[in-house]
Amino acid sequence: MDMAAGILAGDMRALARGLTLVEERLPGARELCVKLAPHTGRALRVGVTGAPGAGKSTLIDALIRAARARGERVAVLAVDPSSPRTGGALLGDRVRMTSHANDDGVFVRSMASRGALGALAPNAGEALDLFDAAGFTLLFVESVGAGQADVDIAAESDITLVLSAPGGGDSIQAMKSGILEIADLWVVSKGDNPQAAALKHELLAMLALGGADQLEERVCVVAALANQGVEELLAKMLAAGAAARADGAFAARRRQRVRRRILAAAAELCAEKLPTDTPLLTELEARIRAGDLSVVGAARALLSGGNV
Amino acid sequence: MSRKIRVLVAKAGLDGHDRGAKVVAAALRDAGMEVVYTGLHQTPEMIVAAALQEDVDVIGLSLHSGAHMVLFRRVLELMRERGLGQVLLTGGGVIPEEDAVVLQAEGVGRIFGPGTNTGALAAYINTEVELRRAQGGTP
Ligand SMILES: Nc1nc2c(ncn2[C@@H]2O[C@H](COP(=O)(O)OP(=O)(O)O)[C@@H](O)[C@H]2O)c(=O)[nH]1
Ligand SMILES: [Mg+2]
Repeated sequence: MDMAAGILAGDMRALARGLTLVEERLPGARELCVKLAPHTGRALRVGVTGAPGAGKSTLIDALIRAARARGERVAVLAVDPSSPRTGGALLGDRVRMTSHANDDGVFVRSMASRGALGALAPNAGEALDLFDAAGFTLLFVESVGAGQADVDIAAESDITLVLSAPGGGDSIQAMKSGILEIADLWVVSKGDNPQAAALKHELLAMLALGGADQLEERVCVVAALANQGVEELLAKMLAAGAAARADGAFAARRRQRVRRRILAAAAELCAEKLPTDTPLLTELEARIRAGDLSVVGAARALLSGGNV
Repeated sequence: MSRKIRVLVAKAGLDGHDRGAKVVAAALRDAGMEVVYTGLHQTPEMIVAAALQEDVDVIGLSLHSGAHMVLFRRVLELMRERGLGQVLLTGGGVIPEEDAVVLQAEGVGRIFGPGTNTGALAAYINTEVELRRAQGGTP
């Protein structure tokens, strides 16, 4: 049986190997995605972001348990940063999710970001497509929100949760960094912590200033370890997903996602075509130093083969 | 760009600390590998299920419980059952030399004693994975 057929038939080994194919962009990856594309678009994709240690993996673990009780099949893509120095990565999110290790309805895959600091793995979206085609109905993608990753994770998700944990300056820092703007739901994690209520108020005040609406609905306090507020959060997520399906927002997001991927791939192809070490480059560099040409002017010249 | 080596580092058995496993995981990361760490108290079933989902090239088992024969054999058996026969199973802990020899004859890779230089482990994994990939094992 070929890989696409295996994935569609629910063969987990085929799915795991397909994920590697896509992640490594090995031969056959593109063909696989083409074959599976008509079978995607059913699952609800939930992005979970927040500072390291905010409680993302623990929350996902609790949400998996609640979602399984409702009969959802759940897959998780857990992204951790690659070391810029060695290219290696320590992927530790599974530690929080081992209670589902023997459940066939749960699939957890760890992925290294392999890119700029804090970015989502380049092929995370395609990996989610594979889960979708394999019949998982609820997909989580976990990523540390920093820089570009905020935008990436929101673009690849139908719903985005942003976590802040009480105690420590991290939560405040997250608020300043703009990560809050991408959220559909804000989660104050570690709700068993006495400072959780204060953080909630701080968050509400901050969001009200920013003009966000339906705040009381959209800010949730969750104590994942104590399993408090988890069911409520899941219900909100699923309701938001159902509403988005009904009013067309879900389909619009999907179309937007595909367009965004086309543009990203096109940008990559253009970058590959750029000459990096030609006499022209040397000449342009000299003219910039001489005050004869701007950097943008030189870039135009490079792209047009020397015509300034 | 060459393909990354993916390694699952798991701590099997009931003893309660995982310092050694964490040191190994960090060392392999520093050697450029992508290391999936699964934490304490992993059963063979959990380890092999994780290895399958993560599509790793290597399972590194850390154990100090004395049940190494049973655990290694069970992991190997489950790996073969689930189509992971090409994955390198290696590990470390307090394991007598004569037991290590028996396990290796049964298909387990090299076993590293306590205090092994992590560089030697990384070098072994690099060589062994390259070999298995050349033989057309894991994709
Ligand atoms: N008290 C408390 N601690 C929590 C809760 N959720 C997570 N933690 C702890 O916070 C730490 C980081 O959690 P983790 O889920 O790995 O965070 P991540 O880095 O955002 O994925 C761990 O030590 C967790 O046990 C919670 O609801 N209450
Ligand atoms: Mg995590």
